[in-house]
Order: sequence, then C-alpha cells, then structure tokens
Amino acid sequence: MAKLRQCAIYGKGGIGKSTTTQNLVAALAEAGKKVMIVGCDPKADSTRLILHSKAQTTVMHLAAEAGSVEDLELDDVLSVGFGGVKCVESGGPEPGVGCAGRGVITAINFLEEEGAYDEDLDFVFYDVLGDVVCGGFAMPIRENKAQEIYIVCSGEMMAMYAANNIAKGIVKYANSGGVRLGGLICNSRNTDREDELIMALAAAMGTQMIHFVPRDNAVQHAEIRRMTVIEYDPTHKQADQYRQLAMKVLNNTKLVIPTPIEMEELEQLLMEFGIMEQEDESIVGQTAAELKAGAAA
Amino acid sequence: MSNLTREETDALIQEVLEVYPEKAKKDRAKHLAVNDQSVTQSKKCITSNRKSLPGVMTIRGCAYAGSRGVVWGPVKDMIHISHGPVGCGQYSRGGRRNYYVGTTGVNTFAEINFTSDFQEKDIVFGGDKKLAKAMEEIEGLFPLNKGISVQSECPIGLIGDDIEAVSKKAAAQYNKVVVPVRCEGFRGVSQSLGHHIANDAIRDYVLSNRDGKEFEGTPYDVTIIGDYNIGGDAWASRIFLEEMGLRVIAQWSGDGTIAEMENTPKAKLNLLHCYRSMNYISRHMEEKYGIPWMEYNFFGPTKIEESLRRIAAFFDDKIKEGAERVIAKYKPMMQAVVDKYKPRLQGKRVMLYIGGLRPRHVIGAYEDLGMEVVGTGYEFAHNDDYDRTIQEMGNATLLYDDVTGFELEEFVKRIKPDLVGSGIKEKYIYQKMGIPFRQMHSWDYSGPYHGYDGFAIFARDMDMTLNNPCWGKQTPPWKKTEATEEVKAAA
Repeated sequence: MAKLRQCAIYGKGGIGKSTTTQNLVAALAEAGKKVMIVGCDPKADSTRLILHSKAQTTVMHLAAEAGSVEDLELDDVLSVGFGGVKCVESGGPEPGVGCAGRGVITAINFLEEEGAYDEDLDFVFYDVLGDVVCGGFAMPIRENKAQEIYIVCSGEMMAMYAANNIAKGIVKYANSGGVRLGGLICNSRNTDREDELIMALAAAMGTQMIHFVPRDNAVQHAEIRRMTVIEYDPTHKQADQYRQLAMKVLNNTKLVIPTPIEMEELEQLLMEFGIMEQEDESIVGQTAAELKAGAAA
Repeated sequence: MSNLTREETDALIQEVLEVYPEKAKKDRAKHLAVNDQSVTQSKKCITSNRKSLPGVMTIRGCAYAGSRGVVWGPVKDMIHISHGPVGCGQYSRGGRRNYYVGTTGVNTFAEINFTSDFQEKDIVFGGDKKLAKAMEEIEGLFPLNKGISVQSECPIGLIGDDIEAVSKKAAAQYNKVVVPVRCEGFRGVSQSLGHHIANDAIRDYVLSNRDGKEFEGTPYDVTIIGDYNIGGDAWASRIFLEEMGLRVIAQWSGDGTIAEMENTPKAKLNLLHCYRSMNYISRHMEEKYGIPWMEYNFFGPTKIEESLRRIAAFFDDKIKEGAERVIAKYKPMMQAVVDKYKPRLQGKRVMLYIGGLRPRHVIGAYEDLGMEVVGTGYEFAHNDDYDRTIQEMGNATLLYDDVTGFELEEFVKRIKPDLVGSGIKEKYIYQKMGIPFRQMHSWDYSGPYHGYDGFAIFARDMDMTLNNPCWGKQTPPWKKTEATEEVKAAA
C-alpha cells in the first residue's frame, strides 16, 4: 500500500470547491484509487454528486440524535458511492447558532478514533468551508492530517483575494507542521486571459496553477442529476479535463510553503490584466457635490 | 428496622419515581435496580454511563475533572496547566488530598494551580501564544519541573486552538515531556470520558518514551495503577507489597512521577486498583507490551488476604511465601482491630454513593466489622463496574446509578441506614437529618483507608462517627415537645 495522501481543498465560497473536488475524486476512483471525502462544511453538500443524495446524514446530526459522538459507530456515518468512494459529512448547526468549527473537530477526531483511515486508502480529501473563520476549520490541516492543500479559484478579484488569504493561513501551519500548498486549481469563469492571470498569481505566490478547468455546461447537466461528469457522461470532453486534473494531482511533486503577496502586489497584478483601474487617490472621500464644485473651479 | 424484601425495595423505587414527569420517570427507572446475585450481566438490570437529565441535581463532574483532577493532577513532578479561564483550576485545586513527598514549588507542584487565565481577547484571537508564554514562564520560574501537561478547559475545544503544535514545539525546545490533553469539560456524560482521554494521552506521549532503553529489572517488578494516594492510600499499600518481596517500580498517579510512568512498560505485572479510571492504559500495556494486569482490593483484611494470594499466584514460591508471611504477620493486628470495633459496629447498615471503585471495594471492609452495605451506587460507572458489584452486594439491596439528590434523600429516609457514605455535597444534608455520615471521596480529611494500616484507621473513623454522642443530642424543631418548651420557659 502506498502512503495515504491527505489533501484539503479550500477556496472562496461558491467558487465550485465541492463540484471540483467530487469530479476530481471520481476521476481518481475511475483510475483505481481508493478515496474518501470528508465534507467539513455545515451545509453538507460535499458528497451529494458521489452518493446521488440530497444531503448525506452527518456525523454531528447523528451524534446529536444519539446523545453524543461516543455512541456512534463508523458504519453509521460512512456511505460508499460512485467508484467505491467513501463519503463522510461532518455537519454542524444551521447558520447563526452553535459552533460549526467544533463540529469539524469532533467529526475528524471521531473518524481517527474509529479507524476510518486504517483501511487501504490512497487519498482522503477534505472539502472545507470557504473561509477559515476559526480554529475548527483549520483542523484538516493540523499535523498528521492533510499535508497537501489545493485552492480553487477563478480570475475574479475576490476569488484571488481569498486564495491569497488562505495561503497566509497555510504559512502559519506550514511553519509549525508539515502542510504544503500543492497548487491553484482554476475553475474558469470565462474572464479574459484567466489562465495567464492565475498562472501569474501562482508564480507570485511561489506555487503553480495545477490545472485550468474550462467552463462547460456538462458540469451543470450532471449536477442536476446529482452526478459527477465522470459518471454522467464519461465520454464528454469535460470528463477528460477532470481526468487530467486527477493525473496532475496524482503526480504532483511541487509542494511548497507559499509566499502570499501583499495587497498592493495583488492590485498591481489585477491592473496589469485590466481587471482593476488605477485608483485615483484625489477623489477618495469626495462627495458628488464637492467633485462638481472642484470641477467648476 | 429490618432489611427490605425484594418486593419492598421494588415498591420503594416505584414510589420514589412517582414524583417525576413521565419521560424522566422512564429514564430514571433504568438507573435504579434491586440487586439480584443470580444476574450475571448487569446490563439486564441497570443502565449506566448515560447523559444526566437536566434539573435532577446530578453529582457528576466533567471530563476536565477526570483528567486534571483525577489522572494527571497527582503526577507530582510535572506542572499541569489548566488551560482556559481561571475558575476550573482554582475551584478544583487540592480537593482530592493526593499526598506526595517533595518540596512544593521546587521539585513538586501538585498543590499549585497553574492556569493560562483566558480573557476575552484570548477567545477571539486564540490562546496558543499565551500557552507558549505560560510554558516559557514555567521553565523560568520552576526549572526543576520534569514536564508539562496541558489540561484543556471547554473554550479550547470550541475555538479550536492547536495545543498539540504548541506542546510539540515546547517539548523540543525544553527537552521535556509536554502533553496536550483534549479533556474539554463538555465532552462525554461525566468525568469518566476524561479518565479515558487522559489515559490515551499517557499512551501517546509517555509510555513509549523509554522503549529500547536500559532498565535494571527484577523478576518481581510490579506497579500500582489507579491509586491516587488519597490520605496516603498508596503508601499504605506499597509497604506490604514490598514486604512480601515485590518491587514497586511505579505508582499511578498518587505520589507518582513522570519517570515512573515512563518505566511502567518494564513491569512484570500491573496491579490495578481503580479499574474505572485506568483500565484503558492497563489494557493497552497488555496489548503492546504483553504485561498482564490484575485488579485487587486492599480494603479490609479479608479482601487484602484474597488479593495478596491472587497477586502471589503470578510469581514464584518466594513471593507466595512472602504473601503468607505478610498475612500471618498482620493477622493478629487486624484481629485486635476487629475485636475492638466489631462489637460497637455489629449489625449497622450502610448506604454508599461514591465514584470509581469504592461503591463495591469498601463493602468487604464494612463486612469485616460486622456491618452491612444495603445500598450502593456510582456517579460515573459503566456496566462493567456493575457486573463487578452485583456479586459483592446482598440480594434485594438497592443499586442506584447517577443518583439524583432527591432520590438518594428519599431512599435514605425510607431505608434508614445507620451510616451514609458519600461526598461533600451530600454530607451536611444527611448530618442535618441526624444520620451519621462519612465522606468517602476524601476519607473526611482522614485516611489512609487502604491496606492493613488503613483498616485500623477506617474502623476507628466509622466507630467515632457512628457512636458519636452528638446524634442523640439533636432534636429537630418538628420533634420538639411541649415539655422541652416548658423547660426553656422555666429557664
């Protein structure tokens, strides 16, 4: 058995982390790899395309029903879907109450204690909530957990901003543990020169754009059927894109401590690619009336 | 009052349950049972280790109490940081009377409260830097410490601080054992999970530290596991284990050291006193190092003799002879104790409600004095504890798990025992009811109660409590007659 590789997927909310992760995992499974997905998001939508379900029953939900997490068995929370992919959702409270971060910690501890990682797995993927808002969401990248991180982003300003922020978090944990950044996955939004932009960002952050996933409606068609493209239409060219991504992750050796960039550098980059205009400092804080008066003078 | 029959005891349980709402009644009914020695598996008659009901005034503690207070706290040459707000450490400090030898504040630290004293800002910005700073200060102020443990209070688990990373770095920096313990109070239903978590931390950070290193062993090396040396209990046990020819290489964790814990895997036999709090680590050592473990009971001469013979059976004739020699030596002394106190205590009835092992272990000691335990229960037992209890208790006696304040009071009112043995929270209630009471967690600031020396003290304490003239002098207001009022008026 090869050494188990644990990877965490981060990125701005709504960027397509869960879709990308599940398609990537489906491609790895198709290539004969044994994979487990651990959803670390109270929304619990990290495994629906693999399991064809609306939302998997989560560890925390079951624990709340049973009284405590000690009352659960591994079989209660682990479901197997497409290609033998094992799926677990940590789960957590509805927005605005409780502590979602603790849910992630409890669920991952539970999986470790119950020996979920003991089987001959090749990969574990953690699909993590967009923002690392508290210590709980950094749990997957603690020591002895995920050692590789992939950030899903696109050529939009906020997505790149988020990617850079996540890289800052990785630096903290890279210094105390062994976690490394494996690269940026560009999930295309069809913006201009998107691939070049993300490659430039990756270079500035000391990492790589591991793959450019073009935008294709096949992903949505598959998703309506709660399937990955790999399963829904294996002959589609988009399926090949995810296979390529899978191969690149499989053979990835470029694992680095990232060098996140300053806000100015990021803005500079965006301006180079025409996404952002040069700021005119002279107009900052001026009301319309003041500007009009200024123009008249 | 004579003992209750099975039917009467059963009726008593039903009567006490009557005041509860339907749901609570159903739940609590599972935790109360009439003892039946013919039952082999306790799960058929009693439920345990379940969440307490809100509002019932449970007497349980939390996971932090189980780790900081019970398992780790007594390890005397380490510093145990109560990591989080100040209260948990301060209000739990020193209460268990784990005696130790050493100079407090210099080379031993068990009586001192160390805390990272969390403030609002530590919750918001994380407490890892503060923890590292605390460790740095500890190293500067108490350089003779042999290691540090981080005892997590509730907020640590909520904000998700990476205490493992801080501990690892400090361990490398100071070249000492630094153990992060995830014993947040909200985990589990009682202190019991805290014991388990603490055992796991010992497994992960301590036990294998001296694997493969030289150790001058003897064929007679044993350890005392799960004796917290309350009032000197472990000392009173160790003394005659050594007298019979064994060498005690570690005490867990009363008057214990980190070095002893690290050496434990070199033992030939682990002697387990408190099964509940340390069976986990004993099983682990059996699996990993092939060290057998054995439960024993050093309360009262009958159980001591039984235990010594069973321990000796693991060893050669030298130890077997040693055991007999020890038994013979102490027999007349124990007989003198029994002769003195038994006539004063004969036939007295006791109700107990305690923690880890005492609800069953002390029964033999009472029986040696001619007394009878007519009701017993545990705060945080699992069913393997009740399996071990059924045989010790007489038929038709009462078993109560995680008993509520109300239930215990009602049981005592009806059964009218001559003595109640429980904790500080119960003590004054029963004393005010006019019932002799002993604190059986802390030995009521007395002790030791283990071993031969301990039995003499135990017998004396029970006598002076039960036969104290004060009980006859109490007249509660509702029993005051006109006659006494008249006397008062005349005076």
